[in-house]
Amino acid sequence: MTECACAQRLLAQDVDLTQVDKVIAAHGSDSGALIPVLQKVQDALGWLPKAAMDRIAAGLRVPASNVYGVATFYAQFRLKPVGKYIIKVCHGTACHVAGATKITEAFERELSVKDGETTADRMFTLESVACLGCCSLAPVAMVQKEAHGRLTGDKVAKVLAEYRKADGGK
Amino acid sequence: MAQVSQKIRISVGLGACGIAAGAQKTLSALEEAIAARALDVDLSITGCMGMCYREPLVEVRAPGKPGVVYMEILPERVPRLLDEAVAKGQLIQEWVATGDDGGGSEQAFLARQKRIVLRNCGHINPEEIDEYLAAGGYQALRKVLSGMSREQVIEEVKRSGLRGRGGAGFPTGQKWEFCAKAPGTEKYIICNADEGDPGAFMDRSVLESDPHSVLEGMVIAGYAIGSNHGYIYCRAEYPIAIHRLNIAIAQAEKKGYLGERILGKDFSFHITIKEGAGAFVCGEETALMASIEGKRGMPRLRPPFPAISGLWKKPTNINNVETFANVPWIITNGGAAYAAMGTEKSKGTKVFALAGKVRRGGLVEVPMGMTLRQVVEEVGGGILGGRKLKGVQMGGPSGGCIPESLADTPIDYDSITKTGAIMGSGGMVVIDDSTCMVDVARFFLDFTQKESCGKCTFCRVGTRRMLEILQRITEGQGREGDIETLEALAKNIKRGSLCGLGQTAPNPVLTTIRYFRDEYEAHIKEKRCPAKACRKLITYRVIAEKCPGCGVCLKVCPVKAIRGDKKVPHVIDPAICTRCGLCMDKCKLKAIEII
Ligand SMILES: Cc1cc2nc3c(=O)[nH]c(=O)nc-3n(C[C@H](O)[C@H](O)[C@H](O)COP(=O)(O)O)c2cc1C
Ligand code: FES
Repeated sequence: MTECACAQRLLAQDVDLTQVDKVIAAHGSDSGALIPVLQKVQDALGWLPKAAMDRIAAGLRVPASNVYGVATFYAQFRLKPVGKYIIKVCHGTACHVAGATKITEAFERELSVKDGETTADRMFTLESVACLGCCSLAPVAMVQKEAHGRLTGDKVAKVLAEYRKADGGK
Repeated sequence: MAQVSQKIRISVGLGACGIAAGAQKTLSALEEAIAARALDVDLSITGCMGMCYREPLVEVRAPGKPGVVYMEILPERVPRLLDEAVAKGQLIQEWVATGDDGGGSEQAFLARQKRIVLRNCGHINPEEIDEYLAAGGYQALRKVLSGMSREQVIEEVKRSGLRGRGGAGFPTGQKWEFCAKAPGTEKYIICNADEGDPGAFMDRSVLESDPHSVLEGMVIAGYAIGSNHGYIYCRAEYPIAIHRLNIAIAQAEKKGYLGERILGKDFSFHITIKEGAGAFVCGEETALMASIEGKRGMPRLRPPFPAISGLWKKPTNINNVETFANVPWIITNGGAAYAAMGTEKSKGTKVFALAGKVRRGGLVEVPMGMTLRQVVEEVGGGILGGRKLKGVQMGGPSGGCIPESLADTPIDYDSITKTGAIMGSGGMVVIDDSTCMVDVARFFLDFTQKESCGKCTFCRVGTRRMLEILQRITEGQGREGDIETLEALAKNIKRGSLCGLGQTAPNPVLTTIRYFRDEYEAHIKEKRCPAKACRKLITYRVIAEKCPGCGVCLKVCPVKAIRGDKKVPHVIDPAICTRCGLCMDKCKLKAIEII
């Protein structure tokens, strides 16, 4: 991780480690529990703060380096906090040939962030994923669990406006 | 199913594609409208009907009659659907997607298919085990447990000629036999539901639409091999599939088709779901097992093969979702009936996720031996927007692009391999003349380069070097000798990689060089992209004769590259233009072109 260390420290204070302990307790010392535990913790916290990973290492009695190694190997795990809405722009084959690059760029423009980043107001996180499984609607982006198909650069602003409105016109 | 009810049954297709198209809202609208009208009907959900290009789909089936599938049923269509098609029993011809009676324009979509794996998809409610049972489900398991020996089961699967549907096409019966004969009492069955090809959704649809068929296949495999425990390793990006699998496992346990002493016999089998965590390489069997064990998903050298030493170092049999879903049909109908379909060395059927520039994209299942052209034209209805077929991409990042000139290649393992592509797990992306083949190769290399686990140097660094060269070519910086360097790198990566990821990663590049060399040369020598797709090699221009100077493009341009007064044709400054294409999307008069 390369972000500012003081931000990490600040965020660490917010981490609710009791949730982490609950997940660890539910999985016991199952062999192979590390990945499911990381998944559940991320479900609860939205991301994997360092403090949570350290707690998992202690709880499952595996070296912290293992926990970090696994967390960085798999694309699913996030080592940075995320926005309220996660936007996943599909870059699968069908979406790529239908112009997914332009869709990501349109989101980047509208949100003033780069792919993989979170907006300053912590509303949106922009990500790229491979095939959402609705290729016949390409190009597709998913916001939380809702898919938006047949997108154009133009429609992107409308999609974002929907969520901003739902969130109280921010 | 229909036979237990005398009511009209309305089923809404709630696969991931249906939900994406808004089927959940359709379902709510139906619930409300049915209640408001006090209609006495069965409202149910079902999985993927296959016609993803017509979602949301709703089937209306009167007792004893064939069902009629209505397409694009958004909430605003619900009142008319209920008033006419349900209450009055009339046919709304213009909304019909297809009917079992053969009516409707989309008839050809289904007529050329042969549905074995997809036998129940889109027909039954995947969250109700009773519907699977009414459709003949768990009969195969009953048959196996009430008199077939383990050897007989394996023999039947061998007779069917079934080959693994996960990509490599290894004979399934033989694989089972290896594992059955391996020494040891503790053995495992794994269902590979990682489905990593970024243009494929066959396995997801089967799991969402007919989860019990996969469970039944796994239990039968467990019996044949002598295993009491199975794992389903499913992509975490498939929440609906995981949800329905959990329901199916609970229902099967309750009814005695899974768990301790299955059907009262002396055989127990348990299934655990493991969610993947987003790594393509974990589809590879040894990496997958490392992942289940909680480690980084790195492949290891084989042998020992999983059949001898797999999960937790115990003998393990791993098969793909579609492979397992075929098994109950084979046991019920006999291996010979399965082997009667297909070609000499490729038996049965294959499911494809048909996507890309094709008119009728969706989930299709065809007998082996059908040609690619038949799939694209007859099942898929040809190319979108009247453009020309350029090729078909098969096998995703491990596969290749088969050009239109070879479109009469029959779909069987050996013929497809001969073209330089692979059968793969079933991704079939149709490519038209607006797609740049160098860019397609770059796209796949970008994917494999990111997904390489990093263990083998050739795979880790070599794919990176190839990607850099492809990047340069698509940006107009290609050099004499680039093609040869790509070929040399490809050869070494294939030779120097331990697992299938690296061994096959160069395939998309090699096949495009082989069949579309002229496109590479146009980029390198003339700095031109024949498909007009590569950004750095194209220019957006206003067609002066068509432009009334309305100002729409001028306002939408994010970088203010467009100038011009009202009512005077506008001009795009290529030096400022970022080629985002927004002006072209916005211009209703089609007055902007790419040169
Ligand atoms: C990089 C890589 C990715 C793979 N991904 C998948 C996959 O997503 N699904 C799958 O069933 N098989 C995948 N395989 C193939 C598996 O290693 C294995 O051969 C297969 O699960 C065996 O099942 P089958 O005999 O039923 O085909 C992949 C192989 C490699 C090398
Ligand atoms: S490629 Fe985007 S949904 Fe499949």
